[in-house]
Amino acid sequence: MINVLFFAQVRELLGTAKLSVDASEQTQTAEALRAMLATTDEKWAKVLTSDKLLVAVNQTMSQWDAPIKDGDEVAFFPPVTGG
Amino acid sequence: MRLLSAVRVQEVDFNVPDEYQQLIQDDSDGAVVTFVGKVRDFNDGTAVTDLTLEHYPGMTEAILEQIVVEARSRWPVNKVTVIHRVGTMALGEQIVFIGVTSAHRKAAFAACEFLIDFLKTKAPFWKLEAGAQGQSWVEAKDADEQAAKLWQHKDSL
Repeated sequence: MINVLFFAQVRELLGTAKLSVDASEQTQTAEALRAMLATTDEKWAKVLTSDKLLVAVNQTMSQWDAPIKDGDEVAFFPPVTGG
Repeated sequence: MRLLSAVRVQEVDFNVPDEYQQLIQDDSDGAVVTFVGKVRDFNDGTAVTDLTLEHYPGMTEAILEQIVVEARSRWPVNKVTVIHRVGTMALGEQIVFIGVTSAHRKAAFAACEFLIDFLKTKAPFWKLEAGAQGQSWVEAKDADEQAAKLWQHKDSL
């Protein structure tokens, strides 16, 4: 199982804060997981293919080719704006 | 044991005099630099009435700890306090506190500025602004990204 989290505008637009998916061939990298989730519907495709979208794997900022394994936590979110 | 680094993410407000008292305990320090970020009335020309800060629990604290470690590797700083609030804050309220002590001022000034520049571009916080036109998510600013990038080319003191 992979735990997927969404934050801020991404969470709001998707209407989803978290979900879990079974680890499979379609979830082997952050990019693959994003592509799989983007097939949900038009809205998810639009939000998840934004070139500003960032990904963290196990709470570490990651590149899109980062490997994902069973049990990982993967978070998608927009550029940060704290401070 | 003396607590040298403190990182806190909290809903409640912080009290600057209390934080200052914690920072000035060590007589080997000749410099104390503090920064406070507040909710401003206007952002990009739009009136702001309040601000809601969302964060990624766990990752936020980890990133802030890493940024403090990075600052310590660059400058001879002694005490470091980083506090960032989450939740909804009204106009004028405090959002963030950075406090740094050092034997001399230059290291304290540089580390304090580095910490806020990196916090703004690395730590997973997001601002939702409320105003007359409703709520909107704050866009990340290129200027903040540039400010953080500049540190990659600056040597430590």
